[in-house]
Amino acid sequence: MTVNTFIAEFFYCIIGVIFILVGLKTLRDSNLKTRITTALFWFILAFTFIVGPHIPYWITGLCVIAIAVLTAFNRVHQSASDVPSAEATRTNANKMGYKVFIPALSLALVAVLAATFLPFGANNAIGISAAVALIVAFIVTKAPAKSAVTDGSRLMDNVGTVGILPQLLAALGALFTAAGVGTVIAKGVSAIIPDGARLIAVAVYCIGMALFTIIMGNGFAAFSVITVGIGIPFLIMQGANPVVVGALGLTAGYCGTLLTPMAANFNIMPAALLETKDKYVIIKAQAPVAIAMLVIHIILMYILAF
Amino acid sequence: MELLKLVGVLIVVVGFALKKDTIATVVVAGVVTGLVAGMSFMDILTTLGKSFITQRTATLFVLTLPVIGISERYGLKDKAVDFISGIKNATTGRILALYQTIRALAAAFSLRLGGHPQFVRPLINPMAQAAAEAKFGAVDEKTEDEIKGYSAASENFGNFFAQNCFMGASGTLLIVTTLVEQGYQVDALQIAMMSIPIAVVSVLVGWVHAMMLDRKLKARFAESGKKEA
Repeated sequence: MTVNTFIAEFFYCIIGVIFILVGLKTLRDSNLKTRITTALFWFILAFTFIVGPHIPYWITGLCVIAIAVLTAFNRVHQSASDVPSAEATRTNANKMGYKVFIPALSLALVAVLAATFLPFGANNAIGISAAVALIVAFIVTKAPAKSAVTDGSRLMDNVGTVGILPQLLAALGALFTAAGVGTVIAKGVSAIIPDGARLIAVAVYCIGMALFTIIMGNGFAAFSVITVGIGIPFLIMQGANPVVVGALGLTAGYCGTLLTPMAANFNIMPAALLETKDKYVIIKAQAPVAIAMLVIHIILMYILAF
Repeated sequence: MELLKLVGVLIVVVGFALKKDTIATVVVAGVVTGLVAGMSFMDILTTLGKSFITQRTATLFVLTLPVIGISERYGLKDKAVDFISGIKNATTGRILALYQTIRALAAAFSLRLGGHPQFVRPLINPMAQAAAEAKFGAVDEKTEDEIKGYSAASENFGNFFAQNCFMGASGTLLIVTTLVEQGYQVDALQIAMMSIPIAVVSVLVGWVHAMMLDRKLKARFAESGKKEA
């Protein structure tokens, strides 16, 4: 095992421990009817993170199926957390002042610095920055050590089961590729993209991202499908820079998010929250920006990727 | 028969569109795709398990949660409210443009500012409405609705296009893992840096959009003012 893999595995174990803490918090919540199955969800997830690399892959595959069964039957819910009251955070804020931003800012800065100047790779840099920022947080806030546990597991529970979605979508992409889905889409799309027509390929990819996001209401899911089916065969394999295609591809999808009632938590629920007369008022306000941004994405990707 | 392989894509589209459980939708789509393509169940489990293990990278954002959680407890959001409510004597458009800019900067630095319930309803929308009323007197219901729409939109613009500038953002990690899984070696630093141009552009576009709202309001109320006079 190289030093970098060792550090990476160490961080994955920490993530596993956070999952276990959420599971234990769940077990303590006797008011939660689904506490056993919810805890099971987090413990299985922890198992894949900590033990997964050292056992045959099919066992992890089975674990993934198990967590899907648990969520499919609505057996996983948030448990009670130690949520700080509005008065408590206000009092703390008055005491702390703008210093309270320092830990979070150091999270982003240390990540970039560690990725640039340390030899441990960009992924480990995220873990290193989290560790440094946690120390900074303890120094700045003088929080008791248990806060890392209570607040970490509270937020993780808040993010909930969808937190695992990006990882799962990457795994879906792998299955799609193994099954040859990308090739099938690519064959279909090649009818509308003439050979070597880079600008058209860029436009089809960006518009495809936006359209799929409009239909699904989720840019992440669109990204794994459209990137495997269009982005890689028609752009990256034609010499486009994968970093540019990936970075702009996802945000091209977000142009679709701005346009769709399917993304209810961004576009419809806030309208209800603001008690608007017209429930589509947010989408109407966003439409011109979404279209302008999509056009800019196409131009920018075309210029930067080739 | 080749087309049958697309059934997985169809499952993802329909599952998300019908708001079925996201995790189950994705797993079912993967398993069905494998079966249709003639993979054995064991092959499917192995492929699924292997990429789930190698793509744990996508879940690295979890490591940042304790820091954010502690910061919230010690008043992160309250201080952000203090900062934003300090914006004085601005037009409706300028308040929204400034909020979008602050929101974008915060997203780029991984600060999760809660969004619509925590900022737009209690703070941004009232400030934007008050600025319009201060300038034009009472505004009609349609205008009030429009300003509400723009207020919520400024939150979304700021949030969406800048979040990937943070290396540990789940979107950034999704891009990294998807490309690595397909055999392209990219890392989170590269993706975060390449996300900066569009974040900057989105702030500029947001400013233009907000300034146009100011002009529209001015034109609308100047006209109605003339009619009354």
